[in-house]
Amino acid sequence: MKLSKKISISTLVFVMILTLLLSGCSQSSKPAATSDQGSSQSAGQKIKVAFVYVGPVGDFGYTYAQDQGRKYLESHMKNVETTYVENIPETADCERTFTDLAQKGYNIIFGTSYGYMDYMKDVSKKFPNVVFEHCSGYKTTANLGTYFNRDYQARYLTGMVAGKYTKSNILGFLAPFGTPEVIRNIDAFTLGAQSVNPKVQVKVVWTNSWNDPATEKTAANSLIDAGADVLAMHVDSPSFAQTAQDRGVLAIGHDSDMSKFAPNSILVGDVSNWGPYFVQVVKEVMNKTWKPTQYFGGIKDGGVIDITPFSSKVDKDFQAIVNAKRQDIIDGKFVPFTGPVYDQNGNLKIKDGDKATDEMLLSINWFVKGVVGSIPKS
Amino acid sequence: MNLNYLIAILASGVVAGTPILYASLGEVITERAGILNLGVEGMMLVGAVSAFYVGTFSQNKWLGLLVAIVAGGLMALIHAVITIAFRANQVASGLALTIFGTGLSAYLGRTLVGIPPTSTFKTVPLPGLSQIPIIGKILFNQDLMVYLSVILVIVLWFVFYKTKAGLLLRAAGENPSAVDALGHNIFLVRYAAVIGGGMFAGAGGAYLSLAYSPSWVENMSAGRGWIAVALVIFAVWDPARALLGAWLFGVIASLGLHLQALGVMIPSYFLQMLPYIFTFIVLVITTRETKTRRSGTPAALGIPYSREER
Repeated sequence: MKLSKKISISTLVFVMILTLLLSGCSQSSKPAATSDQGSSQSAGQKIKVAFVYVGPVGDFGYTYAQDQGRKYLESHMKNVETTYVENIPETADCERTFTDLAQKGYNIIFGTSYGYMDYMKDVSKKFPNVVFEHCSGYKTTANLGTYFNRDYQARYLTGMVAGKYTKSNILGFLAPFGTPEVIRNIDAFTLGAQSVNPKVQVKVVWTNSWNDPATEKTAANSLIDAGADVLAMHVDSPSFAQTAQDRGVLAIGHDSDMSKFAPNSILVGDVSNWGPYFVQVVKEVMNKTWKPTQYFGGIKDGGVIDITPFSSKVDKDFQAIVNAKRQDIIDGKFVPFTGPVYDQNGNLKIKDGDKATDEMLLSINWFVKGVVGSIPKS
Repeated sequence: MNLNYLIAILASGVVAGTPILYASLGEVITERAGILNLGVEGMMLVGAVSAFYVGTFSQNKWLGLLVAIVAGGLMALIHAVITIAFRANQVASGLALTIFGTGLSAYLGRTLVGIPPTSTFKTVPLPGLSQIPIIGKILFNQDLMVYLSVILVIVLWFVFYKTKAGLLLRAAGENPSAVDALGHNIFLVRYAAVIGGGMFAGAGGAYLSLAYSPSWVENMSAGRGWIAVALVIFAVWDPARALLGAWLFGVIASLGLHLQALGVMIPSYFLQMLPYIFTFIVLVITTRETKTRRSGTPAALGIPYSREER
């Protein structure tokens, strides 16, 4: 009896660890982006807008940025009522959530994670009078549109700054999972850095989590120990920047302005601002001009993606160079993935003068030359 | 891989092991008294959020740590009342505590996301000791909470094996009715052990949010509480072995990341799995070990004590 109790306790601990491992993996898919056309949509006087998040609003990263957009929408529009549901997994659970929100009379429902795609497609067909907007997916229906931002444009620019300010010619990059979004960002960052410093290498360390600040700190330390003197990341927390500051190296922010966490280290960062897009969607729905599009907004589209102000450590002349490049991107004179682009093994992936298509960018699964590290096979 | 890199791996490993060490020590105390508390993850999270809240607004990390300890103790008190007074199932109560703590910390932390800390535990090289070659850089070039954890291991070891209080604690987990029959208050001993254990878990949480990666984000313990529970078995309910286990775990975690940074082409998923594989192996070995040597597991662990059923 006592023995069996002991065994059952050990079994339980095993099960707990298993659960932990599984839950660690389950948050792995975030947006990737893109589609066709559909019809328009009716609206009431007071618009009710719901947001479905895959993570917690307190992650200070991806979901946090989407929720800042929701708050922006609330403060910039009258007659709008918003709600959100967080931590909704990309399973049948989300289908239930979307159905429930549609039945409760929400006029517009934003789903912010890639894995919601098929569920949103199904639910949208059942509720033709509700407008659905899916972040990072590529399927649309008569009342389901998609949205995402051209994160790689800002990444290229912040990569230029990193390439300019490294002395060791080694940049460190903390990455969560090998999704196209993450790979695209690392590649763009590397291309930007190489454009000002051809000798630069980018070392990648995978943390296998969107949000584990403690592991991120150890990972940041490992990159610094391996010689990196400018760090960047595509995870959620500012932990890496604090580590950079403690160790006296530089850092590039991501998702939100992280300079207050490490004022001596952060040189510049990229920042996503979804608010104006949410406002645009709500206005279109109110005016009955909304159509299901595949929105893929860049720097030119007013804030949906951009870079933060530079730190005073970045000298004025170089700021001007980066700003000129930013203007070229806005004017369409420059596209970050312009050939010749080679992959890690030296294969020509984008021919001289060619530009990467959106399709390629949204499904990219190879590192450019100069990245040190391998992409985890999932 | 040169010597300096190896030292860096070990030094990061000690830091990575420290939050787990605090939580493990707490669970060792709790289980030694015969109570299983699976709420470590929840208590750590509540500790982390309260430490960050108080530490940041009072600009006093020590006050933050103190409040985290109290918060961890209060969380554990819930478990103590449910399992000791009401003799409820300890597994169920502990799991509920983790779920409760996760939710509570997320709620309390809403306004803390994206706020930089104002007072944190920074590296304090110990004069003299930090100059010792190799060892100095690994052990004596850390923050104050790392040093404190080592002192606590020594103190706990002494209390466990050299004092009457320690004997009572161990007896409470081995044979509670004997403790009761001798006229000691078994319930008091168990309450004290559970609450004390919670305080350690709270301190482990504070280490995360004030020393390791000073900030608050939801769920920032990321499963470390569960690892701490598993390490207790590795430690055979011994504080010194808990230290060994926690540091070993930290070093393995650190090694995985450092190998990646060197560009070693081992699949990163495998490297990430290393600490967990280690935990599995350790569980298997120690479970066999405790069976053959008949040492370790407190005999009354997980069994509610009732005078009537004695």
